[in-house]
Amino acid sequence: MTMEITNMHMLIPGLPLLAFLINGLFGARWIKQEAHWIAALAVAVSWVLSVMTLLKVMQGHTYYGDIYTWISSGGLRVSVGFSIDELTAVMLIVVTTVSTLVHLYSVGYMHGEEGYSRFYAYLSLFTFSMLMLIMSNNFLQLYFGWEAVGLCSYLLIGFYHQKESAARAGMKAFIVNRFGDFGFALGLFLIYLTFGSLDYQTVFSAIDGWQSPAISLLGLETDLATVIALLLFCGAVGKSAQVPLHVWLPDAMEGPTPVSALIHAATMVTAGVFLLARCNAIFNLSPAAMAVVAVTGALTSLFAATIALVQNDIKRVIAYSTISQLGYMVLACGVGAYSAGVFHLYTHAFFKALLFLGAGSVIHAVHDQDIRNMGGLFKHMKITAITFWIASLSISGLPPLAGFFSKDEILWLAYSSGGSFGKMLWATGTLVAFLTAFYSFRVIFRTFHGEFRGEVEKKDHLHESPASMTIPLMLLCAGAVGAGWIGLPALWGFENHFAEFLKPVVGHVAAEHGNYSHSEEWMIMAISVAAGLLGLGLAWAMYARKTDLPERAAGAMSGVPYRLFFNKYYVDEIYDYLIIRPTVWVAKNILVTVTDGLIIEGIVNGIPRSIGRISQWIRKAQSGVLHHYAAVIVFGFFIMIAASLIWAGGN
Amino acid sequence: MNSIILNSLSYPVLTVLIFLPILGGVLLMLAPRASNAGIKFWALAVTLLNFTLSIPLLTNFDKTTWKWQFAEYKAWISAWNINYALGIDGISILFVMLSALVGILCVLVSWNAVTTKIKEFYVAILFIEGAMIGVFCALDFFLFYIFWEAMLIPMYLLIGIWGGPGRLYATIKFFLFTLAGSLLMLVGIIILYLKSGGVFFIPELMSLSGSYPLKLQLLLWFAFFAAFAVKVPMLPVHTWLPDAHTEAPAAGSVILAAVLIKMGAYGFLRFSIPFFPEATKLLAVPMMVLSVAAIIYGAVICFAQTDMKRLIAYSSVSHMGFITLGIFALNTNGLEGGILQMINHGVVTGGLFLMIGIIYERTHSREIAYYGGIAQKVPVYAVFFLIFTLSAIGFPATNGFIGEFLVLLGGFTKNRTLGVLAATGVILGAGYMLGLYRRMFFQQLSDNVKALVDLNLRETLTLIPMFVLVFWIGLYPNVFLGFMHASVEHLIEQVSNGTGGMSLAQLLLER
Repeated sequence: MTMEITNMHMLIPGLPLLAFLINGLFGARWIKQEAHWIAALAVAVSWVLSVMTLLKVMQGHTYYGDIYTWISSGGLRVSVGFSIDELTAVMLIVVTTVSTLVHLYSVGYMHGEEGYSRFYAYLSLFTFSMLMLIMSNNFLQLYFGWEAVGLCSYLLIGFYHQKESAARAGMKAFIVNRFGDFGFALGLFLIYLTFGSLDYQTVFSAIDGWQSPAISLLGLETDLATVIALLLFCGAVGKSAQVPLHVWLPDAMEGPTPVSALIHAATMVTAGVFLLARCNAIFNLSPAAMAVVAVTGALTSLFAATIALVQNDIKRVIAYSTISQLGYMVLACGVGAYSAGVFHLYTHAFFKALLFLGAGSVIHAVHDQDIRNMGGLFKHMKITAITFWIASLSISGLPPLAGFFSKDEILWLAYSSGGSFGKMLWATGTLVAFLTAFYSFRVIFRTFHGEFRGEVEKKDHLHESPASMTIPLMLLCAGAVGAGWIGLPALWGFENHFAEFLKPVVGHVAAEHGNYSHSEEWMIMAISVAAGLLGLGLAWAMYARKTDLPERAAGAMSGVPYRLFFNKYYVDEIYDYLIIRPTVWVAKNILVTVTDGLIIEGIVNGIPRSIGRISQWIRKAQSGVLHHYAAVIVFGFFIMIAASLIWAGGN
Repeated sequence: MNSIILNSLSYPVLTVLIFLPILGGVLLMLAPRASNAGIKFWALAVTLLNFTLSIPLLTNFDKTTWKWQFAEYKAWISAWNINYALGIDGISILFVMLSALVGILCVLVSWNAVTTKIKEFYVAILFIEGAMIGVFCALDFFLFYIFWEAMLIPMYLLIGIWGGPGRLYATIKFFLFTLAGSLLMLVGIIILYLKSGGVFFIPELMSLSGSYPLKLQLLLWFAFFAAFAVKVPMLPVHTWLPDAHTEAPAAGSVILAAVLIKMGAYGFLRFSIPFFPEATKLLAVPMMVLSVAAIIYGAVICFAQTDMKRLIAYSSVSHMGFITLGIFALNTNGLEGGILQMINHGVVTGGLFLMIGIIYERTHSREIAYYGGIAQKVPVYAVFFLIFTLSAIGFPATNGFIGEFLVLLGGFTKNRTLGVLAATGVILGAGYMLGLYRRMFFQQLSDNVKALVDLNLRETLTLIPMFVLVFWIGLYPNVFLGFMHASVEHLIEQVSNGTGGMSLAQLLLER
């Protein structure tokens, strides 16, 4: 049953917006170190309202309605409005939960920082934007939220903007995302031109039974649905940091760590996955686009996991792990298992936010991000260490933690999606599961166990973080443990509540299931757990037991793969040489000097100059010498007579 | 005559809007030179009053009709059938308002920046304001041409007297470029006059539009094109703009960016398209190609700029490309987006030049490298600059997004390939604008700007109107689009119905 939206729904994004305005306008001068009260209170109330909304949706009420008409031009009519269905309700919980905890955590983490109120203003603006993105009832408002979260990401990555690397990283994030949004925007144009609207309801109901016309694009025979789907996917590739637009996310770690947890792990970067789930009706029309999505996801997860193996910055390892996990979610969508993708999005939000906040707690204690300078922190910060352990077990997919259920579901649905293609996706995913466990526990053993390798004077100051930081860790830890229990697999004799709940929005993948037996499903599950344990064990063997093994392993890999991984496959360098430098070079050496300078200015300045030269030459006739003039007069006279004679003769 | 609705306000509003500033300027000339403050306050009062008097235009405008409203019509030089005819429609009303607003801001931003020949400066500003409004109100070609050219003279002086070190070269270039174009337009006007049997009245000329053979249409189209393309400026006649912008004082740059270069696009809308519909349809795609070229060219060249005024000037070339792209898509989205983007560009680039003027007054440097890290010193300034930057790169919820989105949608509807190419401008725009922002505001604080002070009250007040417009148009564009609907639909009708005796195919065969 669909109902009108109410004031309560408007308050969900409205309160963070209000908090942003208050802190933005009055923060720097008056509110200062008290800014968190306003921001945290606003988002906490939004969380309560989101929970209430979820309960309503669980009773079968969904909401759809416009607030006002935003743009009206010709046939185009776009509103600002909300659509609150099952998918939105889940996202509301993820966003407001993590956001509230990050607000709380930042009280301790950002304490005393310059720009404290600015930080909270940005957090509120981000929360507002993200909520507008997920609650939208049309593509253009989605696009607004999409760009607005990008802006907040830009501002927060560059929060320490005096640092050149931070300022550059923020800009990089914005511009790399613009590449994706370029495709996204073209996708919106095509949607509008095809369906005459940008409203979800109109578009998605028109898609039902729509025959996608065949078109030819750059000499390739394809169909319209494939083109639209791939253009939308461009946006998702940018925002969810998929290959080849993943390059901005590791650099985004320049931002304060709570931001990395909220924006660059739990919420904003999952917007791409949300988009895929939201537009599943479009993607389902195109097997070709789905295959591209699945392969991109699988490649990204493998690619990022290999890089994560060798990085030494604790935040960068987690950042690559995020890219890799996002790859899983995209892969799930690519095999039509949207609910599994969203399920992983939801569990990932907890354990990945926990990993980042835990890393923040460690950095807070050590004042360093390099895991080579850590070690033995377990005894100094037990809460951080234990929660970090649990999060790592969860991401490694070990039962009965949250990550196990969502990851297993993705792997099983990939395996059973059909043919050898599905099995290849599954094999990649399983390999990644092994790598994930390995690099996650590499961090654990390097950070929390063994001897402290940092500077001696630091050792005495190692301490657990304040309660405002550890409480969010513990709350997120509860999620990292139990969040998966609402989606227990049918194999275990449960009803998968999560998948059932999302069914009205994203449908159900039952297609190929009939062909696979329960024993196969058990086997897949066992293999994925074994892969996780194997990774854990190898990390233990290499980093906890025999500490010179890593160097020997790196040496044994004879450098080439190691250097490839360590230098992130040189993707940044490739873009620099292929895109950035040529653009600037053309601007400097062709446009400024040749076309504008030599050609246009040459002509522009050449005309007056040649006029000047001609007049200089003509001037010579004005010699002021009388007999020159007399001669010219006589000569002219003769010419006139001759001309008149010729004229007369002609007649 | 049935296409105009005579003015029913208690005062001849358009005449007042044109001649009040001019009269104010004339009176100012008579003022004693000594009282500098008096001169400034006088100029401020005149521009404020003028803007106040323009507000009834918005409230009394009938949005349901495309006809010219608030019209005035008096015989002037009857021997040549020249009339004093004024009127505005849904396309011109917003530019009249914008011109009136820009007048105020120019006075405010020059308050302390102009220190020599103060009286003459404000006289020039007031004259320009009158002439600008005149251009957008004139319904008689003769009158239009007078305002069009009259605008040039005080502008020439503004750059030539109060400009930077290279002002002489810049002014001459500016003057010659625009004059060359204008003279060709004058020829076009005279031919039109002769062909129509002695008509200068624009609405009447429009009703004759379809009757010219294609060859004549094309000839006249190019004559007008010369004038408008230079003003816009389109590729490749754009090189006067960076020079003029760089050397002009802040007020001059604001006028150039906000209003003057809009006159070219306005000319296309007002004359080229409705007068010569067949020629327009034939040349629409070439015009779009030229527009897309300007978008990309103007954007890429920004990456090589080290002078911030030059960078914004080149970005204007790119943005004006969006505008002409939308206009020549000849569909509702494109045209409305193009017109809105004309306003937007006036607001945003006008705003950016105001901001550059404000900082230049403190540092006397336009070099981007001179700055660095100034967000730490001038946070309020940094916020304003960020807002204008976001609008310039088409960030949703700002005005720039609405215009760019409609233009690109219109362009894409008309021609997929050109639409896709034009959209790359959105990526490039983010690159150079955020690059500028990073180099100026972020990173380490440069030694040059350690003592920089933030905006004062006057400066903040100067920026607030543009700031408000950025979000007003961005969040509720229908207020502005609403004025255009009827006129734009009428314009599209004129293009699609405006065939003469023969079909296009026949005309082409004949050729």
